Amino acid sequence: MTSWPGLVLRGVILALVVALVTVPEAFRPVFAPVAPTPQQAIYTRTSILSLAMSHLALVAIACAAATIVAVTLAIAVSRPGGAAFRPLSRTIANVGQTFPPVAVLALAVPALGFGSGPTLVALFLYGLLPVFENAMTAFATLPKTTLDAARGMGLTRAQRLWQVELPLALPVILTGVRLSVVISLGTATIGSTVAASTLGEVIIAGLLTNNTAFVLQGGLIVGLFAVLIYDAFVLLEVWLARRTGRATTR
Amino acid sequence: MKRAAGSVSPTGLLFAAIGGAGLALPFVTFRENRIVLGEGVAAWAAVPPGAAAFCIAAILGGLIIGLATDRPWPRFGGSLVGLAGLLALLSASAEALLADALDLARVAPGAGVWMLLLALTLLMADALSALKPGPSARAAILVVLLGALAAVLASGLLADISTMQEYRARAASFRAETIRHLWLAFGSLGAAALIGFPLGILCHRRASLRAATLPTLSLLQTIPSLAMFGIMIPILGWVGATVPGARSLGIAGIGFAPAFVALLLYSLLPVVSNTVAGLDAVPRAAQEAARGMGMTVAQRLRTVELPLALPVMLAGIRIVLVQNIGLAVIAGLIGGGGYGTFVFQGLNQTATDLILLGALPTVLLAIVAGVVMDILVDATRKIPEESA
Amino acid sequence: MIEIDALTKIYGETRAVDAVSMTVETSSITAIVGTSGSGKTTLLRMVNRLVEPSSGEVRINGERTADMAPYKLRRRIGYAIQGHGLFPHHSVGRNIGAVPRLLGWSKKDIRARVDELLELFGMEPDAFRDRFPHELSGGQQQRVGVARALASRPDLMLMDEPFGALDPIIRARAQEDLRRIQRQLGSTIMLVTHDMDEAIRLGDRVAVMDGGKLVQYAPPEEIVSRPASDFVAEMVGDNERPIRLLALIPVADAMEEGNAEGPAVAATASLRDALAMGLWSARDALPVERDGEVVGRVTMDAIRARAERPE
Repeated sequence: MTSWPGLVLRGVILALVVALVTVPEAFRPVFAPVAPTPQQAIYTRTSILSLAMSHLALVAIACAAATIVAVTLAIAVSRPGGAAFRPLSRTIANVGQTFPPVAVLALAVPALGFGSGPTLVALFLYGLLPVFENAMTAFATLPKTTLDAARGMGLTRAQRLWQVELPLALPVILTGVRLSVVISLGTATIGSTVAASTLGEVIIAGLLTNNTAFVLQGGLIVGLFAVLIYDAFVLLEVWLARRTGRATTR
Repeated sequence: MKRAAGSVSPTGLLFAAIGGAGLALPFVTFRENRIVLGEGVAAWAAVPPGAAAFCIAAILGGLIIGLATDRPWPRFGGSLVGLAGLLALLSASAEALLADALDLARVAPGAGVWMLLLALTLLMADALSALKPGPSARAAILVVLLGALAAVLASGLLADISTMQEYRARAASFRAETIRHLWLAFGSLGAAALIGFPLGILCHRRASLRAATLPTLSLLQTIPSLAMFGIMIPILGWVGATVPGARSLGIAGIGFAPAFVALLLYSLLPVVSNTVAGLDAVPRAAQEAARGMGMTVAQRLRTVELPLALPVMLAGIRIVLVQNIGLAVIAGLIGGGGYGTFVFQGLNQTATDLILLGALPTVLLAIVAGVVMDILVDATRKIPEESA
Repeated sequence: MIEIDALTKIYGETRAVDAVSMTVETSSITAIVGTSGSGKTTLLRMVNRLVEPSSGEVRINGERTADMAPYKLRRRIGYAIQGHGLFPHHSVGRNIGAVPRLLGWSKKDIRARVDELLELFGMEPDAFRDRFPHELSGGQQQRVGVARALASRPDLMLMDEPFGALDPIIRARAQEDLRRIQRQLGSTIMLVTHDMDEAIRLGDRVAVMDGGKLVQYAPPEEIVSRPASDFVAEMVGDNERPIRLLALIPVADAMEEGNAEGPAVAATASLRDALAMGLWSARDALPVERDGEVVGRVTMDAIRARAERPE
């Protein structure tokens, strides 16, 4: 996984993304062949850097909030007191994830208006479910013997949660976070149709003006972001799973 | 889950809280026309007091049943009573508000309606998940609920609601876009199955092919949908322009073809990886026995491997179908048609009713597809999971 | 008759099976025993060509297996494996009838054969035919697995650790059943096991494998009394040798004229059983009975003499 070619490839992709975002002008010759005129090869209406930053910030805030809320809810549901909510939680997690992300985004607009606000809320709501589902599974499938041992050695409930359950559940929870983040990166792109400032703006400008260069430029940056972040999460999960001896689900 | 008599169901408490908030919020919004901002109207304000009290009593009754008992059947009944009350109140409110308004005026469900709908469907979902119905019982429940929904829509009870007015204004194009949407979602699924099942079987047999195929397909999956649809436009445009005969098959840079291909590419990973996973999960001893008793490759595949892998393969189809129904909305942005047409037109015109006209059927379609596929997966699981 | 002739399998540098030759008589059980990695399973799997030999050949009743299409060959050979390998989505009846169906038997014949086999294995056909494997106990699943291997009346049955997944008591019963049914049907069986006890108890002949080579191929008495190498002796176990030997000899073989006190031992029981009875009741001699009648006696001295190291 962390072989030399792998590391070099990751370094190259990272450098490419940073360059695409910080010095877009340098890529004019690359995109010029697919642009209607060489002047329109690079999107200049807004700075790519600021779009990328706000795109990433939206995803980061939404997913961080979704993770905190979802894990808290999953902990509550997995305690004895939350047993009554378990069947319902499973149904909601199952049915909720069939809600199309685009539809969630579209439904957020009537409630919240245009801009980054509804996008943030839609990303948050949609991000909840994969994390919640994975966290519930993680807490439900912890090794019984380990939990018994923790109880047997006299750890309090809170100690068991912080020192045993959460660390053991972490790799599976992270898988859920990874799903959320990848979906959010894509959904945030669509967020620019409701006037959120994200890299989707570049793609949509390309679609509206029949300019393939813009489509490729925006798509390439978002795609590379997704690949890098996905890969980073997988590495983190593998590393954590190896430490705790649990298998990850891909 | 037995509790002392007289105590309160914890889930019921949650639903009652949501429902209570729903009653306090504006029930419907009244607007002079379809674009302007509306004003909220309370649940009891529009309708004559007697009728309002009756409907609100039904809604509260449903929520109270949920609060008072854990038994699923009464709770299911309670949710139906509550939903009937909600429907009646919404219908009566719209009729009353529009009775002395101008032609262009519209009444849309407000935050209150949506919250009450949420509380009552959650109550229904909780009751149904406690019943743990088998595949055929779930199919029956689904048919009954869809039938009820169709009856309500056909009855004209909701005819005065703005989204229904929007629908009546474009019934023909709604039908066309529905067919378009289904074609996009199911057509790309069919194509993905035609390619993905054989590819999955080959990947299961050849480790080298698997090592090359699955990561490539995962990579495709990480490309944001908007970019994927966008990139397809020039590629298919080029194909349509250069490959002889392609254009006559309808392959062009704009419209159906790029959306179809984009969906197809997204569909391949779940189909292939679930086929591989399903075949991997066939017990080794059974495969070995099949070989040892002299079954040919084709016989093993047909009588042992595929039947045992089927539930997992269908689970892959479920993922694809739900995903495609949702992603097909984006086709509306590149002229590919489908419900996305209404969603993006609605967003452009800031016409909420139009957005809902596209978004609500999409959500309904996705949920129904998910439930139907879950039923199929369970029905084909011939052996209990624990013994597999 | 199964003739195995210089059969060899080479994986890269290692000779998993190294020029093994042996002959298996019709209507006998041959037990192939060895440690893991000894090549015993590979040897077995070369017989039905689940593994293709690197060199050498197998002949079944004079026909070279290399000349037949593998799937046709396998339909003539029963195959039962550890963990039964039943098809979890097919009923017991459909599992047992799998090979007859491949061979194109009529529905009626298949059904009759399924019922016949279920009865043979002591399972009521009407109660078990339509059940699914996961509804059976471990012992029942294993019996259905063996019944399936026998269904088409194969020339030969191969069994790879067929009782490996069973607990000791059920395992002993399954071994007895197999022995009884083999005698009744006159089947030819090659059975792989890592358990010398099982090999001695079931085998008419025992083949001991080590490092891919056949180190001894002989009747069980000979394996126990005259191990061909230190390895075979170690497999048999030094301390248990006399007891194992006694277990192989029926009481009738050591019987003499005369009388003795106390409960009788059956003439068909093993000397090991007689020894246990004598020790437990502190007697020097036991009466021997056959069909309920006392026909002679067996003395502890006679038993001891049979347990001594042969010359």
